Amino acid sequence: MGVDNSLFQVKNISFDYGGEEIFSDISFSIQKGDVLCILGPNGTGKTTLIKCLNGLHDINSGEILINGENIKKLSFKQISKHIGYIPQDHVPSFPFKVFDVVLMGRAPYLNLTDSPKAEDKKIALDALKTLGIEDLKDKEYTNLSGGERQLVFLARVLCQKPGILILDEPTSHLDFGNQIKLLEIIDNLAKSGLSIIMSSHFPDHAFLSSTKVAIMKDRKFIDFGTPESVVTEENLRKSYSIDVKLIELDNKRKVCVPMKTNLKLDL
Amino acid sequence: MDKETKEIISILLLIFFPIVLFFASFLLGRYPISPIDVVNTILCPIFPQLEVNPTITTIVFEIRLPRIIGAIVVGACLAISGAAFQSIFKNPLVSSDLLGVSNGAGFGAALAILISGANIITQIFAFIFGLISVSATYLISKTYKAGGILVLVLSGVAISAFFNALISAIKFIADPDDKLPEIVYWLMGSLASINADKLIMILIPVIIGLAVLLALRWHMNLLAMGDEEAQSLGLNPSRLRLLIIAGCTLLTSAAVSISGIVGWIGLIIPHMARMIVGPDNRILLPASLSLGASFLLLIDNISRAVISIEIPIGILTAIIGVPIFLYLLKRGYSEWA
Repeated sequence: MGVDNSLFQVKNISFDYGGEEIFSDISFSIQKGDVLCILGPNGTGKTTLIKCLNGLHDINSGEILINGENIKKLSFKQISKHIGYIPQDHVPSFPFKVFDVVLMGRAPYLNLTDSPKAEDKKIALDALKTLGIEDLKDKEYTNLSGGERQLVFLARVLCQKPGILILDEPTSHLDFGNQIKLLEIIDNLAKSGLSIIMSSHFPDHAFLSSTKVAIMKDRKFIDFGTPESVVTEENLRKSYSIDVKLIELDNKRKVCVPMKTNLKLDL
Repeated sequence: MDKETKEIISILLLIFFPIVLFFASFLLGRYPISPIDVVNTILCPIFPQLEVNPTITTIVFEIRLPRIIGAIVVGACLAISGAAFQSIFKNPLVSSDLLGVSNGAGFGAALAILISGANIITQIFAFIFGLISVSATYLISKTYKAGGILVLVLSGVAISAFFNALISAIKFIADPDDKLPEIVYWLMGSLASINADKLIMILIPVIIGLAVLLALRWHMNLLAMGDEEAQSLGLNPSRLRLLIIAGCTLLTSAAVSISGIVGWIGLIIPHMARMIVGPDNRILLPASLSLGASFLLLIDNISRAVISIEIPIGILTAIIGVPIFLYLLKRGYSEWA
């Protein structure tokens, strides 16, 4: 057996919660610069899978390897230097300034009794500049729009200097235009050498920025591979239980259009 | 005035107001002492050539100084632990007695008054039962698999109610002519009986508690983002929370053991501080410390100077604290939501 030098490897993992299986037998691996998009309908276990991938939940069987190291042997602190994570939902708390929120991304490099130093502040400022949101620095993060807040969290995970970003439905609270902007930012980050794992509700997103796609149905991956091979009318029908048409635009970009089901309610 | 100047001014005020108030507090009381006498008396141990009146020395060092320091320490401890609790429980409506420390300490004190009556025993019992009640809350919450903040808070409610019932039981059996009034008086809070011995007893827990909270204050910001985010940033949220709870419990138990139950400070002072310096715990905790110390000292001064009879301080903090709280609520609600 050859040595697999993948950045992030998942082997036959499964997870159950209180005896109820959430997902099982999932395997994949990604390399530097990959963008993996995990598709699937609501309730197939995407969010739980995402939380297992960064060690927030412990898997019941299988293994997750980061640079060949088992995630179970890594401390939270070590994981946080490899993986930056943005949850789907954030419950806002106190009105911290944007800069202070971004600065929190330096925690993996600080001792428990330390506060951020000048160098950390510089890294936080650079992250804000990279994403073009330097002007939000002194605003309260609780007063931002969904799109702005997502960028603030993205700046925060960049401060962690991770190799991998795990994003749970990063576009779900964004409007039409901001969705595309965020996907383009993800594309840029991947080209700069980050590997990205994200989940999405929208099959279209897989064509926009992904190099790999996984599609889930009934708690399993039903297919894994390149966007062209995985996002097919047949796979989408299987996963979402609905007819979907794939349409190619003039510039070769593909879009997925869900068909009406002619649902009639007896009202 | 721009934002930065405003910030600098408020920080300078937070530093110097308590210091001025500290010296001014020596002037108040039934025996009038002039400001010059106060300064001379305080400096006398360092510059023995200063001439001072021995009566004034006694009043300054043995009567007024312990009480002033007592007010500062109690106010500061309750306020800083309230600020820490609000941050780690992501909830601006909690205070340091959330996990049952006040009722536990109250029961300890009531029990000690019932069986002994010696001041020192009351203080020790109050302190120990404060720690016991929070430990019980914490351990009970750990037995639930789902764990988490909600279970911890509900366990605190249960333990508080339990010790409250025990306090009632002790009141019921206490001798109504001498023990009962003493218990009731203790539970209402008072700074009148604070002396140097009592202060020395709480020195170590107060230093440890303050050191823990101040050292961890930046990381408290991360806990306010929620446990999952804190963990994804490399923290062990439950371990960090436990450390902070331990620090707060030491401080609150120590404060309650010398003053009895003084309410509202742990709730309103962190709010006031947050309105002045914002939610970043790096500044919020020291600011709460300063405001808490000043607030209780000011209220105690009012009670000594304005009113000729000794009113329990817990009553005054509530009477003054509630309107302030309601005013803050009106002004700043949207900012805390």
